[in-house]
Amino acid sequence: MSSFSITAPSGRVKWIAGTLVIFYALITMIPLVWIAITGFKSPADAIAYPPKYIAGSDSDAGFTPTLEGYVNLFTTRTRQTQEYLEANPPETWADEIVRQYDMVIVGPSKFGERFLNSVIIGFGSTFLSVFLGTLAAYAFSRFKIPLADDLLFFILSTRMMPPIAVAIPIFLMYRQLGLSDTHLGMILLYSGVNISLAVWLLKSFIDGIPTEYEEAALIDGYTRFQAFIKVVLPQAATGIASTAIFCLIFSWNEYAFAVLLTTANAQTAPPFIPTIIGVGGLDWPAIAAGVTIFLLPVMIFTVLLRKHLLRGITFGAVRK
Amino acid sequence: MAQIIIRNLRKEFGSFTAVRESSFTIEDGEFFMLLGPSGCGKTTTLRMIAGLELPSSGEILLDGEEISRRPPSERDIAFVFQMFALYPHMNVRKNISYPLVSQGMPRAQVRAKVAEVARILGIEDILDRSVGGLSGGDRQRVALGRAIVREPKAFMMDEPLGALDAEFREHMAEELRALHDRMGATTVYVTHDQLEAMQMGDKIVVMNNAVVEQFGTPQEIYDKPATMFVADFIGSPSMNFLKFHGKIGIGAREVALGNTAFAVPQTREPFEGDMVFGVRPEHVRLSDDAPYRAEVRATEYLGTTQIVTLETAGGEIKARVPAHQVARVGESLGLDFEAGTITLFDRQSGRALKSELNEGVLHG
Repeated sequence: MSSFSITAPSGRVKWIAGTLVIFYALITMIPLVWIAITGFKSPADAIAYPPKYIAGSDSDAGFTPTLEGYVNLFTTRTRQTQEYLEANPPETWADEIVRQYDMVIVGPSKFGERFLNSVIIGFGSTFLSVFLGTLAAYAFSRFKIPLADDLLFFILSTRMMPPIAVAIPIFLMYRQLGLSDTHLGMILLYSGVNISLAVWLLKSFIDGIPTEYEEAALIDGYTRFQAFIKVVLPQAATGIASTAIFCLIFSWNEYAFAVLLTTANAQTAPPFIPTIIGVGGLDWPAIAAGVTIFLLPVMIFTVLLRKHLLRGITFGAVRK
Repeated sequence: MAQIIIRNLRKEFGSFTAVRESSFTIEDGEFFMLLGPSGCGKTTTLRMIAGLELPSSGEILLDGEEISRRPPSERDIAFVFQMFALYPHMNVRKNISYPLVSQGMPRAQVRAKVAEVARILGIEDILDRSVGGLSGGDRQRVALGRAIVREPKAFMMDEPLGALDAEFREHMAEELRALHDRMGATTVYVTHDQLEAMQMGDKIVVMNNAVVEQFGTPQEIYDKPATMFVADFIGSPSMNFLKFHGKIGIGAREVALGNTAFAVPQTREPFEGDMVFGVRPEHVRLSDDAPYRAEVRATEYLGTTQIVTLETAGGEIKARVPAHQVARVGESLGLDFEAGTITLFDRQSGRALKSELNEGVLHG
């Protein structure tokens, strides 16, 4: 290490920057942690004032962690008479939890189904947007396409208004086409919104890959399609990964269209979670449990692809 | 191996003509240089031979077969790119074996081939490294390895030394030439560096503005330039041009610059009008008593020789003379030229006039 450098930050600057980043991270983490904690509270603790937030503590701020929220999230329950409860002792730990409210579990809730819908629609539309986006971006990047600039602008223009602005025409169209409340309908819709982003992002990535690589592959005896698959795609992996994250985040979190277009069959988790009704009011622990589970896939996906994401953000900033 | 014949090759990009009706022949086993300034069409010509561009018209014959419309994979020609274009997501071994894998060669045979190529190029120890961390020279060797591994009919090289450091270039140039001599494969090499072309090439094509100006051996091109462009582009310092006006007949043996007559190689065509008297700096002699006078403007000391810049009635002239010869700035000297080396040009078209010197060298 050199003793002094104009460009490298000094130790003190690094320390201050590190502290700031950690501080910022803590602040942004508070709502997430609060949600995660609430999922393990009883309904009474969840709305207690002053708030309780230390699990297992005897102090005023302490609460006893419980899986009630998760049990309520995944089950439907019914209140029973004392005779019935005495005649049927609880069989599982989940049964025991609901017994304290004189209830028994009568079946699974809709949450699992809704969550699965979110997975199918979210990942399905992400795959479709990235797949079509990559092909389109490659074509725009490598071939002479008549009116290419106009086409690209047209593609971009689909993002110039909030998607929900066209909610009514889409609603009417979907009803006519029988796409309302179907997985296919939602996948097409989210892909339609995401594809402009995918084409533009991926085009800039593919533009950055020198054509010599494909030419080398052509010379080496491959067809253009083989060259695309074996040489271009691996190098565009960073771009594809970051594009996929952006697409997934949009379609996973989308709420407005999901409320409008889905009800029983293809409803995703976002419109479902707020409708979880508890006894005598909203069941906050169950909602919090649902939110926690809902957040996990995108978090895992993002963490897995974080290296690509970071490279994606700084892509093109420095000429290699 | 292969002979390549280029016949009336032309390439247009929209309204821009990159290569204009070019014809030349590359003999089997030749190390053939395509030389010219940037934008002259040399790389486009190379890419057309390799199949990376389709010619607008004209023919490319590889061993007598017309190949100009075939995809690159069916031409059996290897290409070395200026930026090497090694596949960054593969290690050295995979890069080199990639062309063999496309042919469906059995794995054991691929391994043996790659090992052999690695031995020839001296890169056995880096076979399992990723290409990202390699030095420029090693990347160059890997790129060459990928080209030679499948034993193609011909090699195309697009300024393969352009991305290397100056000191390493010379070393690599020698290595390339040695590799070529050992393999004897027809090689077409694009460069804008006239020294590199002279040093390495068996034959040189000089291109300018989409046109082939001249093709021949380095000696022919240096000693008997076909155009003023070639005379100016080749050699450092380049050929001196002294403008004069006059009339010459067939068989003339001297021309008059101002009032002084200079002997020239016997002319083979008559000409009247604006001409240029072309003489290489090393063919200029300084002598006190010669009648053609010049004033010394500057001297550059180069060790064994020096470059003396002089002002004459016909324009500025540079002479390469022994370093010990005294030439003071401001001094008036007489100039003499080696008669057998002079080329006369038509000033309007830049074309060299035919003489006994360049007879048989000029085409078209």
